[in-house]
Amino acid sequence: MKSFIPVFKTREPQNKSEVFIPSRRDFLKLGSLATGGFLLGVNFQCSGPKGELLTFAPNVYLSIDSDNLVTIIAHRSEMGTGIRTSLPQIVADELGADWNKVKIVQAEGDEEKYGNQNTDGSFSVRMFYEPMRKAGATAKHMLVAAAAEKWGVPASECTTENGQVIHAGSNKKIDFGDLIEKVKDAPIPAPESVTLKDPSTFTLIGKDVAIYDNKAIATGKAVFGADVDLPNMKIAVVRRSPVVGAKVISYKDEKTLAIPGVSQVVKIDGAGIPPGLDKPLEGLAVIADNTWAAIKGADALEIEWDLGPNQSYNSEIQLEEMLASTAKDGKIRRTRGNFKTALQGAAKVIERTYAAPFYAHSTIEPPAAIADYKGDGTVEIWAPTQHPQWARQAVAAALDIDYQQVKMNVTLLGGGFGRKSKPDFVVEAALLSKAAKSPVRVQWTRQCDLNHDFYHSLSAQRIKATIDKDGKISGWNHHTVFPAIGATGNADEVHPSDGELGLGCTDFPYNVPHIQIETHESKAHTRIGWLRSVSNIHHSFAINCMMDELAEARGVDPVQQALEYLGEDRNITFTEEMPGGKYENYGEPIDAFPWNTGRMKRVIERVAKEAGWGNALPEGQSLGFASQKSFLTYVACIVKVQKDTNGKISIPEVHYAVDCGVAVNTDRIRSQFEGGAQFATSLVMTSAITFENGKVKQNNFDTYQIIRMPQSPKKIHVHIVESQEKPTGVGEPPVPPYIPALCNAMYKLTGERIFKLPFGA
Amino acid sequence: MAIFNLNINGKSMQVDVDPATPVLWVLRDHLDLVGTKYGCGVAACGACTIHLDGNAVRSCVMPVSSVGGSKITTIEGLSENGDHPVQKAWLEHDVPQCGYCQAGQIMSASALLSNNPNPSEEDIDNAMNGNICRCGTYLRIKAAVKTAAQNL
Ligand code: FES
Ligand code: FES
Repeated sequence: MKSFIPVFKTREPQNKSEVFIPSRRDFLKLGSLATGGFLLGVNFQCSGPKGELLTFAPNVYLSIDSDNLVTIIAHRSEMGTGIRTSLPQIVADELGADWNKVKIVQAEGDEEKYGNQNTDGSFSVRMFYEPMRKAGATAKHMLVAAAAEKWGVPASECTTENGQVIHAGSNKKIDFGDLIEKVKDAPIPAPESVTLKDPSTFTLIGKDVAIYDNKAIATGKAVFGADVDLPNMKIAVVRRSPVVGAKVISYKDEKTLAIPGVSQVVKIDGAGIPPGLDKPLEGLAVIADNTWAAIKGADALEIEWDLGPNQSYNSEIQLEEMLASTAKDGKIRRTRGNFKTALQGAAKVIERTYAAPFYAHSTIEPPAAIADYKGDGTVEIWAPTQHPQWARQAVAAALDIDYQQVKMNVTLLGGGFGRKSKPDFVVEAALLSKAAKSPVRVQWTRQCDLNHDFYHSLSAQRIKATIDKDGKISGWNHHTVFPAIGATGNADEVHPSDGELGLGCTDFPYNVPHIQIETHESKAHTRIGWLRSVSNIHHSFAINCMMDELAEARGVDPVQQALEYLGEDRNITFTEEMPGGKYENYGEPIDAFPWNTGRMKRVIERVAKEAGWGNALPEGQSLGFASQKSFLTYVACIVKVQKDTNGKISIPEVHYAVDCGVAVNTDRIRSQFEGGAQFATSLVMTSAITFENGKVKQNNFDTYQIIRMPQSPKKIHVHIVESQEKPTGVGEPPVPPYIPALCNAMYKLTGERIFKLPFGA
Repeated sequence: MAIFNLNINGKSMQVDVDPATPVLWVLRDHLDLVGTKYGCGVAACGACTIHLDGNAVRSCVMPVSSVGGSKITTIEGLSENGDHPVQKAWLEHDVPQCGYCQAGQIMSASALLSNNPNPSEEDIDNAMNGNICRCGTYLRIKAAVKTAAQNL
């Protein structure tokens, strides 16, 4: 009944989402990029008798065939940012390829071969801009040398364009494909010896380039996680512990096993408490021939749970406790001057609390993964994973095999936002395939997804700010409390880490003489993870809303205030004001990627100009402003809100200004900001996860609401600052400033400040 | 289990399944038509949108037993070569981000335009309200629907 059509159908080279590397390209192991820069290896030869296809593969990211096909390996996961296009675009530009003849192939998970593949933290372009340029430039260098030798002209007079080497003086041209025989055995030059393009000659970098998979997506042919099908594959749907830490005491599966198509019920042992970032939850998996039988079978299970210590957990109560704790003295995480001095000299003190809920990622594709555990102790996986190497390691640990025994094929991801970094669902597939002795696809339902996520943490904050007799902001005391991501792996972690605080809290950039930042204890009663921009979500909300309130109290314009308090153009640092702590700067050395107030001021000035900040607005409209640097990218945002005669609120317009250094794919930068504004609108207005008796109350999109087309901002303008600075990412940075900009605009419209998210639910 | 003869993308197809099986799973599990996606199972996200006699329906809540002789069209059958005006407009506006919701979006949009070739803003909002895009491509979807309307 089930059609056993393997995923591996014949595919055209263009516009298909290929999951595998063609087997004839057996690239040599080249060492990790993550440990010491870009390594180039010897080339792999695919030679044969005359007329056979020859291949030139100067590094793991690129190969060129004698039929002119340029194949570029996408080694980072595509979850909607466009990275599967943007990194190959860099290689192709330096190479001088004909973009229409480029085929993109997704790498399997293998960090020894490809370098870092953890697609997270908005760092793909930041980390791989240079290596991708060198990968393309090396091949170009070799092709140019071969053509020059053939023509007897100096290589310096030749260049590449549209898949050909060109000699300007003689107008000689030769296709790359016709040079393969010459270059395929040539020695590979040292990376230092190849010249990179002058940026003014870029043909693809800095341009709008359509994503490679557009056509495949628009015709339904793109391959996402759950689309992979294997011969004899079973489907598993799992009933997981309704409360984190719950254990199965007993269960009845007669009704389940009576459903036609259901073959087996398998228990998955959960880690308990702490639940771990890379482990499945305890649960019972129903294995069936088809998804419908598995879903019905899971519903029919009768399970007796020992719910464990989290069964009395209520998130609203915890939020109240957390808010109360912020009134007390906390653990000092940053200090400048003496906040007490500011309080003593204050003409005015403003003290506010801010609350934000747990959020679920609710990627439109719920988690799904396919595993084929083979009798020889190896396992092959297909998964929409952001972090294939971690998934390999987690699977290996769960099966007690070496990670080299785990082959990890990466499909397209139907959204990631941090959820699909965690390998728990991949581990489930591997365990179940072993138990079922056949390939298994584990399919999460939407209820599974919303009930068992690694949530963005519940948060409470208190900011006390002082204004002195001269009307200056003199003191800033920020208390923040939220269950830490670390608590998911270690229950003793009750304070946010320096890393989490460096996301919009301890990196408070303003020139205020007295600063005191404190954290308070809180425990995790669920799995905490990271969601698009992580703790910047709640920190930017609180800080920018307070700055807006301070501007009002001081009788100054909030944009002018931000410029004033950023001070003169300079690089600022934070670590020396963090007792025993460190500002992590998103994993980059602060001197390589400084926090520059001038760059921030330029985006603020730009957004104010573009949005017509300060101009009179019609009745019923208002603007809100905020700025937030995150993931090393400078962003300022102005949101316009409108109330119509029926009192209906809408968002007619959004302006963003962004400085992300060199802009690689301008269209994908704009699309990330457009999407970021819409994503953040849901965070501000409609979405919240709450717990009662340890269980998540939201089961589907009727109760965990995502904005829909009518609620979307009507226009989103993205102004990209031209820059030759090192490129930084854009996946997450659109979210943080939008949240308070919308809240500040709402205040202007309604006269009511927003202190708790979401406000529209 | 029961045998159903279905007309899908102009071809007749036969399946032997539980009559309560939603069309979504019949397509995906039994007919290898995986362009239609699962997102919620309760008609709340639109990822599974198909056409039933030209109207957009959510296949995740439609039991196969209720289809009868109606004609089903999925994303795979919307056009021969991916050149339906809506698909072309999608490429022109570079709509997709992750792409997972887009088959459902395209099916909703194409059903709208076949019933209402000149939709107003409000018509578009109403017709597309059932389709969630978590990546946030709503503005490009709307622009593409307008372009497609001009090129019908
Ligand atoms: S899967 Fe059918 S509407 Fe969501
Ligand atoms: S493109 Fe990703 S959900 Fe719509």
